[in-house]
Amino acid sequence: MPKANVICRCEEIEIDEIREWIARGYDTFDELKRELRVGMGPCQGRGCRDIILREIAKATGQPVAEIAPGTMRPPVKPIKISLLAEDFREGEHR
Amino acid sequence: MTDFPKTADIVIIGGGGVGTATAYYLAKSGRKNVVLLEKNTVCSGSTGRCGAGIRAQWGLELNCRMALACLDTFEHLDEELGLPTGLNQGGYLLVAYKEKEWAQFQKNVELQHSLGIMSEAFTDVKRAQEICPGVAVDDAIGFTFYQRDGHADPFLTTFAFQEAAKRYGAKFCKFTEVIGLKAKDGGMTVETNRGSIDCKEVINCAGSWAQDVAAMAGVKLPNWAERHQILITEPVDPGVCPPMLMSFSGNYYIQQRPHGSIIAGESPSSDIRLGYTSNVNSIASIARTVLKLLPRAKNIRVVRQWAGHYDMTPDSAPILGETDVKHFWHATGFSGHGFMLAPVAGQIMTALLNGDKPPFDPTIMDYRRFERGERIVEPNVV
Repeated sequence: MPKANVICRCEEIEIDEIREWIARGYDTFDELKRELRVGMGPCQGRGCRDIILREIAKATGQPVAEIAPGTMRPPVKPIKISLLAEDFREGEHR
Repeated sequence: MTDFPKTADIVIIGGGGVGTATAYYLAKSGRKNVVLLEKNTVCSGSTGRCGAGIRAQWGLELNCRMALACLDTFEHLDEELGLPTGLNQGGYLLVAYKEKEWAQFQKNVELQHSLGIMSEAFTDVKRAQEICPGVAVDDAIGFTFYQRDGHADPFLTTFAFQEAAKRYGAKFCKFTEVIGLKAKDGGMTVETNRGSIDCKEVINCAGSWAQDVAAMAGVKLPNWAERHQILITEPVDPGVCPPMLMSFSGNYYIQQRPHGSIIAGESPSSDIRLGYTSNVNSIASIARTVLKLLPRAKNIRVVRQWAGHYDMTPDSAPILGETDVKHFWHATGFSGHGFMLAPVAGQIMTALLNGDKPPFDPTIMDYRRFERGERIVEPNVV
C-alpha cells in the first residue's frame, strides 16, 4: 500500500495534493482552502494551517511569518444547531 | 508574477464566476491575449461566498431561458473544463406560505412548462416530504419542485473555468487592483497597482465593486452591495436535505452538499451593505429556521459562518452590454444569481465582443433602462 501523508485530517488531503495546487499557482492559504477544503472541516484549520503555510513559504521563498494565514471565522468551536437557535434575539439585527 | 502584461486584447476586471466564465468562453472562441485582473484572489468575492444554487424555476421568460441554458451547460461542464464542478441535481423545492405567492408560483410553472422546464406544483405536504424527508412545512400552502435544479461548488467551478481558460491562453493576475480607467483611441488604458495595461476592450465583471470601477471611466451604474449571511455545518450523512429547500416569504434556503455539510442562509434585516462582518444573531436566526424546518438536524454542529454580497440593481436584474464609453463593457448586477448565470453571461459577452449573435438578446439588460424608467420585473426573487 502506498504511503499517504495526510495533512488535513478533516478533509483527508495529502501533502502531494497541496504541492500540486501550489505549483499551479494557488499559492495562498485561501486559494488552497477553496480548492481542497483544507481548513473548512470541524477543526477549522487547527491541524493543517501551519503545515500548509510552511509549504507555501517553501514554494514562494517568502518567510512563513509573511504568508497570510487566511480568514478565521466564527464560531470558535462547532456549536449544535439547537443550542445556537436559543441565542436568537427578537428585534436585534441579523 | 513578474511578467505583468503591458498590453492586452481584452481586459476582464473581476475574478468571480462571471469574470472567469467570460475569460474562458472568450479564450475558447479564439481571442488571444485575454487578461483577467482580480484585486484579491479568484473566487474571493461574491461567488466564493454564495449559496451555490442553480435553478431554472423563474417567473420571467428571459430568466427561465437563460437559467435553462445554464443547466444544460452545467450538466456537461466537468467534461468540458476537465475538472469537477461538484454539480448536485437534487432539485429546488420552493415553499409558498402566502396566497399571493402561491398564485404566482402556479403562473410561473405554467410559463416554465411552455419553455420545457417540467416543474411540478402541488399542495400535498406528503409529496414535499418525499422530496425532503421529515421537512416540517404544515404551515405552507403550496410547493413547486424541479429535479434538474440544484447546486454546484462555486470554488471548484470558478477554478475549473480559470484552469480551462489558462489552457486556451488567458492570463490571470491576482492581487491586481484596478485604480484607473482611461478611454483612448481604439481602446482603453487600465491602471492598476502593478502597472498599466493598454488594451482594446475592457469588461467590468467586478460585482459588488462594479459601480466604483465604472465610475473610473465616468459611467454611472446604479448597483449597490447588500450584505447577506450564511452558515455551514460539519459534514453528516446524506439525506438530511436532499433538495435546495427555499422560500421567498419564509426567508430561507437550505441545502446539503454532496460532501455532507449543510449550508443555510437568509436575507438580512440590517442595512449594512459593503462589508464582510458577521454577527451571532444572524447564525442564531438561521439555526432557528433550520431547526423548525428540519427538527432532526438539531444535534448537527455549525462550524462556520460568513458574509457575502448580493450585487444589486434597482430591478434585481443584471446589467449586460456596452456603455456610453466605447470599448467599455459590463457584465454585472446579478443580484445574488451571478454564480448560476455565469456560463450564459460568459457566452453572451463572448458573442457581443466577437460581433456574433448572442444566444440571448441582451438589449433588455442594458444599463440605460433605469434612466428610461424601465424595469425587468422578475417575480421569483427573494
